[in-house]
Amino acid sequence: MSMLAANPFAGIAHMLGHPFLRYAFIAGTGIAIASGLVGYFIVLRQQVFTGDALSHVAFTGALAALAAGINLRIGLYGACILVALLIAALGNRGSGDDTTIGIVFAWILGLGAFFLTIYTTSRSGTAGGTTGINVLFGSIFGLSRAAAQTNAVLSLLVAVAVIGLARPLLFASIDDNVAGARGVPVRALGFALMFLVGVTAAQATQAIGALLLLGLLAAPAGAAQRLTARPFAAMWLSAAIALLSVWTGLSIAYAAPKIPPSFAIVATTTGIYLVSILVTKYARSSRLTTDAPAPVSS
Amino acid sequence: MLATGLTWNLRSDVHQLLQFHFMVNAYWAGTIVAVLAGAIGWYMVLRGQAFAGHALSMVAFPGAAAAIWLGISVNFGYFGACIAAAVVIAAVPRANSGQTYSEESAVIGTVQAFALACGVLFVSLYGGFLNSLTGLLFGTFLGISDRQVVTLLVVAAAVLVVLAAVARPLFFATVDSDVAQARGVPVRMLSAVFLVLLGCTAAEVSQITGALLVFALLVMPAASAQQLTARPALGFAITIALAVGITWTGLAVAYFSVYPVGYFVTTIGMACYLLSVAIRYSAAYVTRRAPRRAVA
Repeated sequence: MSMLAANPFAGIAHMLGHPFLRYAFIAGTGIAIASGLVGYFIVLRQQVFTGDALSHVAFTGALAALAAGINLRIGLYGACILVALLIAALGNRGSGDDTTIGIVFAWILGLGAFFLTIYTTSRSGTAGGTTGINVLFGSIFGLSRAAAQTNAVLSLLVAVAVIGLARPLLFASIDDNVAGARGVPVRALGFALMFLVGVTAAQATQAIGALLLLGLLAAPAGAAQRLTARPFAAMWLSAAIALLSVWTGLSIAYAAPKIPPSFAIVATTTGIYLVSILVTKYARSSRLTTDAPAPVSS
Repeated sequence: MLATGLTWNLRSDVHQLLQFHFMVNAYWAGTIVAVLAGAIGWYMVLRGQAFAGHALSMVAFPGAAAAIWLGISVNFGYFGACIAAAVVIAAVPRANSGQTYSEESAVIGTVQAFALACGVLFVSLYGGFLNSLTGLLFGTFLGISDRQVVTLLVVAAAVLVVLAAVARPLFFATVDSDVAQARGVPVRMLSAVFLVLLGCTAAEVSQITGALLVFALLVMPAASAQQLTARPALGFAITIALAVGITWTGLAVAYFSVYPVGYFVTTIGMACYLLSVAIRYSAAYVTRRAPRRAVA
């Protein structure tokens, strides 16, 4: 802490001297950009609930894989992508009966607790217990070099895909009827977005945990929507805020070892959202004559 | 399917189940919690506030973790956090369906993630026992003290008395809020009162099912009952009966196995729901009518 305060550059150089932190920054950067970009569209389409659903699924998928004795990532990516596509197939914008959906996800989470117990009782020692907690709350400081590289490459692919689809996706999100009439493949875009959300959720689970990935999806995008009404600017801003949150969070967690990195990341992004709400509230009340700009008008 | 561990004499099973004091306590606590969850859950499903219930139940985790870290009674943590969150949610107006973009979902998502993140922080500051952490999240029925049962009973009684007092206007406000408002029913006030009751309930239920699975006991019995009948009073009774049945069975099965009680509660609840959906559709098929709609 004192080192960081005395000379920031030396402090940062010292921080990045640790391999585990380098890997955390490599993976975290990719995950932040992917979540920020994907999250913007989720918030715009009001599918935040989907992220919530995927957080339950990520936990159960990862622990089912562990209980079956296969690689955790297979279960994580498999479950997230499968359920994301399933949600896309079921729903026009997830507007289905939220009670029914809630029941299914409550049960899936219960199933996750079941797999957790199978895993902990089949392995001796405390390794099983920490694994379950790591899946729930993330373990970005525990990433290996290979895992960090895989994460970075996958995130890059997700980011490129989102940027490539951004224009038609934006059109379809804002007014799907007009977009459909103009020949935009609205349904296919919905599937593509959900696929990308699934991949992002699986990645974010490894960084900040299944229960907290909602923070990285919803908060940066919510803040960006507050700060600008221009769609593309908001999309980039969302990615930038997510990136800033992850970098700040990782640095805080390094400087104060008692603070878990996933908390620091989510707390930073929540703080930015809060500040953006206060700033825009103040700006709006200070110019009473003009209309408050609606973030997106159709 | 669920009775595989209990194939021998039922009488000796029950005897075995209740021979330990902690298990008797668990049954008392489970019954209190189930009645409360059923009653409040029925209104929650009717009002379509499943997400408020979900968020409130998540808040129980950081509350309890903070209480453990500070070394105060866990009850303070559960109730303090859940009631505070209920007040916050009540202060935010509900989204209008007419808007193209509403911030509500982004806010709820952020609040929920931040609350859980705070839970992680408190556990980390405490230096965390992982076993108790799993208990907080997925439920435990061990170590429920006599005092805890009394606390649960007192709070449940208070919540149910308030609910009984506002039951009729709340039902009116839920079914048709515009007409109720026109008739002078304080709709906004009732909504706030209900959220606080929901918060108290989430705090109570999370002590049995764990913070992550509260939602199951709130939503599953009520949703099943609303599949089975459209009549309010009957549905209410069925909800409470199902909640108690699910909890009793879940506790019994969990006692005879190594798996957490939350898993059994959610799975039995899910089975009840699927069964009630099947009953509704087969009844509709037999009578050759379109399936009746639940109370809307």
